[in-house]
Amino acid sequence: MQEIPINTYNSPNVILELIYKLKIKDVMTTDLVTATKDTPLREIQYIMRERQVTGLPIVLGKRLIGIVSMDDIIQALDKGYIDEKAQDHMTRNLIVLEDDMPISFAISYFDRFSYHRFPVLNKHKELVGMITSRDITSTLLVEINREIEDLEKRTRTTGLSEEMSGEIHTYSILKHDFENAGYASTEIKKRLKSAGIAPHVIRRAAIASYELEMNLVVHSDGGELIAEYSPQTIQITARDSGPGISDVESAMTAGWTTASEWIRSLGFGAGMGLPNVKSVADDFAIESTLNGTTVVCVIALHPNQEET
Amino acid sequence: MHVQDLAALEGFKAEHSELENWEITDAYCGDLLSDVMGNAPSESVLVTIQAHKNTVAVASLAGIRALVICNNRSVPSDMLEAAKEEDISIFTTKDTQFEASCKIAKALGRLDAGTD
Repeated sequence: MQEIPINTYNSPNVILELIYKLKIKDVMTTDLVTATKDTPLREIQYIMRERQVTGLPIVLGKRLIGIVSMDDIIQALDKGYIDEKAQDHMTRNLIVLEDDMPISFAISYFDRFSYHRFPVLNKHKELVGMITSRDITSTLLVEINREIEDLEKRTRTTGLSEEMSGEIHTYSILKHDFENAGYASTEIKKRLKSAGIAPHVIRRAAIASYELEMNLVVHSDGGELIAEYSPQTIQITARDSGPGISDVESAMTAGWTTASEWIRSLGFGAGMGLPNVKSVADDFAIESTLNGTTVVCVIALHPNQEET
Repeated sequence: MHVQDLAALEGFKAEHSELENWEITDAYCGDLLSDVMGNAPSESVLVTIQAHKNTVAVASLAGIRALVICNNRSVPSDMLEAAKEEDISIFTTKDTQFEASCKIAKALGRLDAGTD
């Protein structure tokens, strides 16, 4: 009747984690109302009504010796011994829980036994709390709410990258325009950031776009950098109108460069650009003729999520 | 350490430093901007002699929070403007990159792995 409809074998992982992570001491009531073995049942009845509890632990110091439940009171009224002491009629055969147990224990106890509440003892066998199924459900609801909020936040992030989906931004890059170099990459980075993409993914996209942008500035006669967003990827394309790379294979080798002394004094032209782009790309293609070069680099936006 | 701790290092002059309580957890030394782009850790300070605007762009993209320009090189005004825009602090020093790096390493608590 007190059954909590959550089980420990096929509930969602989030729930399983919760019911193993939460301890009984996180959930139980510690504001205890107790009575002693000499307390008359009638007084216990008053306490129950006043404090709105349905069972009262009977203690000797901190030690639990019995429980008087609403049922016991009803019996006492029915059979006319309501003025007798607790010790004569309390339930002595008790099922208790320990405060360090995960709440999964409590859930299965409520399922297995018909009690409305269990006393909770600490490792010194002292009474430290009482737990009802209501305590469990209300704490679980709070925790589940929190988990759902997290989940929603995460879905919202994916939602943002979906909102970005279909966007295409084209940036014109002029030959030797060091003044504005980095602008396109910064814009791409900002776009990804506002869509809530993970920082390490943004870094990869920034590396790729910056290297491609600098290649256009340093080596080409001018061209464009194109960023295309889809729900799962960003595709960065660098396209120029010449002069073309005479030896693509060498250009892909780290350290190989055709940059002038001046360019290199600025910290560019170290022959690392294209290899860098390739190393951060999930997909990479390059094509070059005398009429121009096209480099396409694709980066997954949610590399840790399973493909759907 | 924080950005403001760089200003306290001997011989370091703040050219632009506004987000002083930003944390700096690492440092990188380099003049090849491709290498910096690819390898510098984020939340770091870059020790370099590349005193031009493009260094700021690289720093911004790589998540570098401060630049230390060595060998008494001066910072051009367009670089300073870019740094203000990108929230990147710039310090200058007469130190070589090695000397500056040593001071930063000490401030980062990285010297205890050495032989001393």
